[in-house]
Amino acid sequence: MPVKLVNIENLSYRYNSIDVLSDISCDIVAGEYIGLVGPNGSGKSTLIKLMLGLLVPTSGSVKLFGHPPAAMKYRERIGYLPQKMNFFNPYFPSTVKEIVSLGLVSKKKFPKRIGDSDEATIDRTLEMLNIADIKDKAIGDLSGGQQQRVFIARALVNDPELLLLDEPTTALDPETRENFFEILRRLNRDKKVTVVLVTHDTGTIGKYASKLLYIDKEIVFFGDFDEFCMSGDMTKFFGPSSQHLICHRHGMNILTVKQRPNND
Amino acid sequence: MPILEYLSYGFIQRAIITGAFISVLCSTLGVLLVLRRLSLIGDGLAHVTFGSVALGLLFGVYPIYISLPVVMASSLGILKLMERARIFGDAAIGILSAIGIAGGVMIASLAGGFNVDLFSYLFGNILSISIQEVYTSIVLSLIVLTVIVFNYHDIFSITFDEEFAKAGGVNTQKLNTMIVLFTAITVVLTMKVVGIMLTSALLIFPAVTAFQIARSFKNALLMAGAVALASVVIGIFLSLFFNLPTGASIVIVNAAFFGVAFIFKHTLRSGHD
Repeated sequence: MPVKLVNIENLSYRYNSIDVLSDISCDIVAGEYIGLVGPNGSGKSTLIKLMLGLLVPTSGSVKLFGHPPAAMKYRERIGYLPQKMNFFNPYFPSTVKEIVSLGLVSKKKFPKRIGDSDEATIDRTLEMLNIADIKDKAIGDLSGGQQQRVFIARALVNDPELLLLDEPTTALDPETRENFFEILRRLNRDKKVTVVLVTHDTGTIGKYASKLLYIDKEIVFFGDFDEFCMSGDMTKFFGPSSQHLICHRHGMNILTVKQRPNND
Repeated sequence: MPILEYLSYGFIQRAIITGAFISVLCSTLGVLLVLRRLSLIGDGLAHVTFGSVALGLLFGVYPIYISLPVVMASSLGILKLMERARIFGDAAIGILSAIGIAGGVMIASLAGGFNVDLFSYLFGNILSISIQEVYTSIVLSLIVLTVIVFNYHDIFSITFDEEFAKAGGVNTQKLNTMIVLFTAITVVLTMKVVGIMLTSALLIFPAVTAFQIARSFKNALLMAGAVALASVVIGIFLSLFFNLPTGASIVIVNAAFFGVAFIFKHTLRSGHD
């Protein structure tokens, strides 16, 4: 039986009397790789924050590993990359090693200490992301792409079961982005890490994710890419060009298997 | 008079011991506050201290007994205003600061007669510290510093990225409350060292000096502590040698350390370029 890591039921969230999310219901099952997409202001980051318990829903419920987020004790099972890291204080006096070590804090018992085995874990994670050589550098001295990889390392260092990544590839150059997506693919395939990846890059996400969750304050589509590509409703919603773009990168050329609508 | 002879005096020993503990306490909290862009919370709480000292003098109660609870409550008020009223920290600090000053001036005006006493709290006098004040400062400083050391990683985490810390299960609300309460206690203790008017200098200067040079969070805390400690000791002796006000001397030495660190950093950077 598939294990539900996240269970969302009739979730709504209002802020300043504005509906940010309405009646969202979906499950995220262990081993899935979900691309969470939608336009600006569609509620993608809000949904991630609700899953983590950083925001309290107006109505409905979220369960994380079977528990309400606030009661979820084993936070080390989750790796999180917030979107706002693009706006962090670049003058903060901190080395790469110190920042990545913050990812290990959640599994530590009081008094929390970083030991030799933790140092080895940090080194392995930095090597995986090809940033081992900047371990002792100050975060403010790095390029935007390097900084982003440091924050990705912080999310991965704990060997999490569930990765919630809010626009992780911002500021990455194409080569680094491909490398990062390859790491995610390996984690998902080999270690069965469940990935929820928020992105604006609808043209690329089909190449990596197994499922698509498209929201625009409510769920527009949630399901497999193949299902999305064959859906007439989605053709109407996105227009055939956009749907084709997503599905083409997924490896399915829908224009050859579907009859093109008359309005194309 | 040689330094060793000065050191034989009890009032100078008390000043150096108290100054050392309070300066390290200020520098540690200062690093956290400056990085979280709450530098002026010390200034705001110092202004509330002014009001509470006036209240203490009005009722004939030793001011620190009134100041501690009032300033601690005000620090929680700033936190709540930031959380609930959806206003930025600087505005929340400004609100409490204005109330503190206005309240103090009003009480002083209504009561009259204790303007000289109030003046001594405005500019402090570390050389007149009593043995009870020494013990109070040591005990409170040790408690605060011990709590900070044992929660080092959680405090570092919320200082760098509160959202990530919360997602990782860190009790951010508890730590935020703890930090503002510690700041309130520190501000009240610092009143005697440099006075209400200059309290925020002890919180801000060591931190910003350390940030000119430190590359890591740990080093920033250690450097800020060293700068704060050196400033207090040098400032006390400077005031004794040249017959200057002690609180102001400590602050000027702090400012000098910042100037040196700033020049060092920029000279070093241009050397690298």
